[in-house]
Order: sequence, then C-alpha cells, then structure tokens
Amino acid sequence: MNHLEPDLRVSLGPLKLRNPVLTASGTFGYGKEYAEFVDPNLLGGIVVKGLSLKPRPGNSPPRIVETPAGMLNAIGLENVGVEAFLREKLPWLQTLDTAVIVNIYGHSTEEYGAVAAQLKGAEGVAALEVNVSCPNVKMGGMAFGTDPAASAEVTQTVRKNSDKPVIVKLTPNVTDICAVAGAVEQAGAHALSLINTLTGMAIDTKTRRPRLGNVSGGLSGPAIRPVALYMVYRVVRAVSIPVIGIGGIMDVGDALEFLIAGARAVQVGTANFVNPRASLEIIAGLRKYCIENGIARIEDLIGTVIL
Amino acid sequence: MAVFEHRAEVVQNDEVAPNTYLMGLESPPIASAAKPGQFVMLRVADGIDPLLRRPFSICSTSDGTVVLLLYRAVGKGTRIMAEIRAGSSLSVVGPLGRGFVPPGTGEECLLVAGGMGIAPLVLLARSMEKTGVTLLTGYGTAAEIVSPARLGIEDFAVAVATEDGSAGHHGLVTALLEDALAGKGKKIVYTCGPAAMLKKVASLCLGKGVQCQASLETAMACGLGACLGCVVPAAPGPGRISFHVCQDGPVFSVSSIDWEHL
Repeated sequence: MNHLEPDLRVSLGPLKLRNPVLTASGTFGYGKEYAEFVDPNLLGGIVVKGLSLKPRPGNSPPRIVETPAGMLNAIGLENVGVEAFLREKLPWLQTLDTAVIVNIYGHSTEEYGAVAAQLKGAEGVAALEVNVSCPNVKMGGMAFGTDPAASAEVTQTVRKNSDKPVIVKLTPNVTDICAVAGAVEQAGAHALSLINTLTGMAIDTKTRRPRLGNVSGGLSGPAIRPVALYMVYRVVRAVSIPVIGIGGIMDVGDALEFLIAGARAVQVGTANFVNPRASLEIIAGLRKYCIENGIARIEDLIGTVIL
Repeated sequence: MAVFEHRAEVVQNDEVAPNTYLMGLESPPIASAAKPGQFVMLRVADGIDPLLRRPFSICSTSDGTVVLLLYRAVGKGTRIMAEIRAGSSLSVVGPLGRGFVPPGTGEECLLVAGGMGIAPLVLLARSMEKTGVTLLTGYGTAAEIVSPARLGIEDFAVAVATEDGSAGHHGLVTALLEDALAGKGKKIVYTCGPAAMLKKVASLCLGKGVQCQASLETAMACGLGACLGCVVPAAPGPGRISFHVCQDGPVFSVSSIDWEHL
C-alpha cells in the first residue's frame, strides 16, 4: 500500500482547485450558512447561489417537495442581486482560501453580459458559472440552455465582459446535450458543469393541485444520478474542455463514479441539505480511496473508465 | 448561536394519544441550548428514501439532556418515526431558528394551540411563571387530546376545545381565544397550529391590537438558510417581500406576515 499523501489537486483549464469537490449553487448559500459544519478552506471551492443583475424575490410557495430519492425545487432564483453580493457577501468570501465561483443568470443575453461586467476585476472571484439551465423562471434560463446557438451567444457575451474563467452549466432537458456542449465550447467556454435539474412535477391527489406553486420544478438528488453520470460520460467524449459532474452525489462512491467517467471535478448539491458535512466526508473518502488503491494523484483516476 | 449535528439516541418514543407520539432524543448540546420556539431537523432514516430531513419544533427538554418531539404519524417520515424503538439513533441538527420573545412583566399570556401546534408552546409555557399563563388547546375530537401531564404542563391552566364537542368547548379553539381577549388586562398571545387557525388568531389579535407571535410551518430542505424553500410572504410595506421560516422564524410577530397570501 502506498502511504504517501495523495495529491488531490485538479486543474480545469485556467482554474486550479485544491481538490475536486465543490458545493453546488443554491445548496450551500454563500458558504457562511454552513460555517458551523464545513471549513470552506478545506473544499475545492464554493459555487454561490445564482446572481442576477437586480434582486429577485423568487417564486410563490410551496417551493420544494420531496420525491422518491430526490426533491423538486422551484425557488425561482431568489437572490440578492449582483450589487448586494459585491457589497454584503463577497467581503467574507474574500477572506477564504478556497475557489469562490459565482453563478450568474440573466433574462437576456445583454443581462448575462451586464452581470459578468459587474464582477469584472472582483477580487476573490475565481470563476463564473453561467446558468443557462434554470428550469424555474419563465423568461430565459433554460430557454437559452436548450438552444445551442443561444447558449453559444450567451457564452460569447459573458467571455467578452469578463476577465474570469467561464464555466457554462448545462441543462439535461434536451434531446442531445452534446450539441449544446459543443456549441458552448466553440463559443469560448473554459469548462462545463452538468447537469442542472431535470424538469418534473408532483400532484397532491387530495386537492388535485400541483405540489409546487410554480407547477413544475427541478428534480435533484440520487434519483437523477444515473442520468447525470451518463450525460457527463458522453459530454467528456464530445468536447475537449474540462467537465464538472453534478447530479445526486451523496457520498464518495458517487463522486468516484463521476471522476472515473471523466469529470475533472464534482459538485455536491442536495446532499448538503441531508448531511451538512457531506462535502468534507467526500473529500476524506477520496483521499482514502487514493491511498488504498495506490493512486498518487487524483488526476490519474479521471476518465479511467474501462469499457 | 451554535448549531449542532450528531447522532442522538432515541430514549423514548411513546404513543401519548392514538397515532400521536412523543420522541425523546439524548442530545445534551441541543437540549441545553434550546430556546422556546426553536426547532430541529431530523433525519428519520439512513439511506436516500425518504431523502430529506424533517423540521420539528422542540416540544420540551428534560434534565437538560433530552430533546422531546411531539408528532402525529401522518406522512411518510412520521410513519417511519412511529416504528422507531428506544435504543436506535437518529441524526439531528439544531437548535435552529428564532424562537418566541418572552412576555413583558405583568402581561397575561395566552398560548393558543391547534392539534400538534401545542409542541413549541409546551417549552414556552415551561419557561414561564405558572400564574398568568393559560393554554387554549384545540383538537378535532377528545381521543386526540394529549394529556397535559404527559407534556409536563399539568400545573398550568389548560382549556380544551374540540370540533365535535366530545370534550371541552364544542367548536374551535379560536372561540376560546375570543372570550379570553374580551377580559380586562394587558395580554400577549403565542400561537402555533394549522394555517387556517393561525389566520383567525392573527386577525383577532390584530383587530384588538394585542401582541401576538405565531410559529409557522413550511416545507424545508436544509433549515440553515441555504435552500430558500421555506419562504412566507411578508406583510405589505416598505420592508422585506418575504421571510425564510428557518432563519427569520419560525416565530413571527403576526403583524409582519401577509396572512392573505400565506
């Protein structure tokens, strides 16, 4: 057995991470919410809740409902807006020694550009994650992400208005995710993250009403993991930029599946709600797996699926 | 304000009324820090189904080491809980949220509970002087009544209303409140229960200019302010559009909530 400390560092193009475990947007607040449980400096990074140009109140309740091995959410991108983020949230994040990735969202291509421009030069922001895949807002979001040309246009606009590495977060609610992935790569994305939630609904049989105020919502949790894994596996083979795997990762075994499929990093989302220490337990598990399997660098494991 | 997460031993899980249980969890850190009106997020089973934690008001604490949760087995999670034997252990996160603000001196306290809504009012009552506190409790029928002795509130004045008239006042608990509010003296109302009941309590108190604090319940995934699932609409005005029950509540002054859209 190799007792040397394994090297968990990964690089995603221009973005260097201490380890491949990030917390997913919308599941970890701005980091501070979990400070009692997770030292953010031990994480690969934090992806903060999606920011729009102006504050958004979000959707009417109910906003969440549990489903078999998963949950539907229709938060509707409630957020403080990019100005309040810079003023109120970023100063604390700047004290951290971890990659802070800012998820951004717009109603129009121009608005995506405007949010990116506001974050230009912001110290302590390691990268942008462009949300072209939110299923819960009427205008924009997934409307961009399901159209390769629109996704590419948003990507180009953000690149033009930003000095940060640009990650584009893809929706699974398409016939061929590789078509969107390829278009976004061509448009200059530095990396891709996938998948966002799968659109779904639930009905209360007593009242015959939808269980979500928004009627439909985004499905997350272990229920979507096999779908996410296969999409990651396919996209990794379709593009040459790094891919971050997301979708129902609850423990180290789940994270390993995505890394072996070819993801260079993973995001832990819904698991944070269930087990606030899930992200740290996954990092500890990766280290242990590397030691037990004689893997000196975690990057040696990435994409090693045997067919 | 410290929040803890640990596996707590189930020291009791007694059926205190048909299909209604009082679960005790050995949790010295949460029991000693808990304030009336706060809640915990409980993982009722390991594994991924059911996936999410459930929020429960802290009903009471005993010896500063045990956290008591009162629940009715009505859904997937609570039915699993009802089967749990003493000696098992469950992961619990807490204490969470902002609890009740204590009364001013000389104020007569009216604690208005609908069904399981009595849970957070038990710890509140136990934090108060026995004189000047009256619990008004409402149930559907006599069989649902949880004995005050089982909750450790037998020394308090407790009035009962049942919708079918099988015990106490025949009708809604809000009728008892109307009577109580008609009397003289400065009063403060604390309440928890179904939304329709809370709306009525809020409207009675707002109408009479009586201070009232209500503990609200919503679906909630994290309890920590991250999922943004537990939103309730704020009363119209210049301030906030909405509140998050987990962080801004679960206890709110009734004047701050938009009851029409709740």
